[in-house]
Amino acid sequence: MRERQAFQGARRAREFEAFVAGAAGRLLHAATLLTAEAPNDNPRACRLLTLALAHTYACWDRLRGEDPYERARQHLAGRFAREAWHQHGGPGRGRSRLPGTLAALTPQERLVLVLRLYEGVAEEQAAALLGLPPERVRVICDRAITTLARPPARPAPAVRDPEVAPS
Amino acid sequence: MNRMEREAAVRRLLEQTPPQVPAELYADVVRRGGRMLRRRTLARRTMWLLLFAAVVAFTVWALTVRPWVEPPSQTTPPVSGW
Repeated sequence: MRERQAFQGARRAREFEAFVAGAAGRLLHAATLLTAEAPNDNPRACRLLTLALAHTYACWDRLRGEDPYERARQHLAGRFAREAWHQHGGPGRGRSRLPGTLAALTPQERLVLVLRLYEGVAEEQAAALLGLPPERVRVICDRAITTLARPPARPAPAVRDPEVAPS
Repeated sequence: MNRMEREAAVRRLLEQTPPQVPAELYADVVRRGGRMLRRRTLARRTMWLLLFAAVVAFTVWALTVRPWVEPPSQTTPPVSGW
């Protein structure tokens, strides 16, 4: 009995290590995009990823054919959504000041964008994961894409206004 | 720019500069995950133990008190047909 347990533990450790080796890079990239931190200085993303993977490790034996990557991603997204909600007082606050690629977006827009475009999750699945109607997910995604498609929109008016004013 | 092009542009933007996975991440994950697993095992065992204790307590109580037996009458029945 004890031997079998030890054998199973060793096999699980091997499988999990292979999984982490394959998935950690991509998940960490997704987490870094979510937290909008710089790629070389991302303690919050690392923490999110560690907790998500630890959760995956804890339920590794009960996955029963379910994709562990999907499970980890789900946990990561859920935890990020909760943290964003509690720490930043709902959507709309805490923009700017972040160095990441998606710093111009709100946490919710980042979450939807990363799930839809970076991870390629279907609209309905993303909606179910976030507890939003699919139409809302589409709207948020479109808004995020529009915001990103015109990156100099925010600084530009500040530069242009003084020139326009005297004329 | 149409929708597809914009999506493709954003996808390219997202794929830029992947971060390096820190070396100690795996050890940290296994440590935390193992702790979580042990805690869950402990919680499950405690729950089963409590359930078992409750069943034993109930059985002992039922066998000593015998609540299904009609209690002896406290009053004398009225005398009739005497």
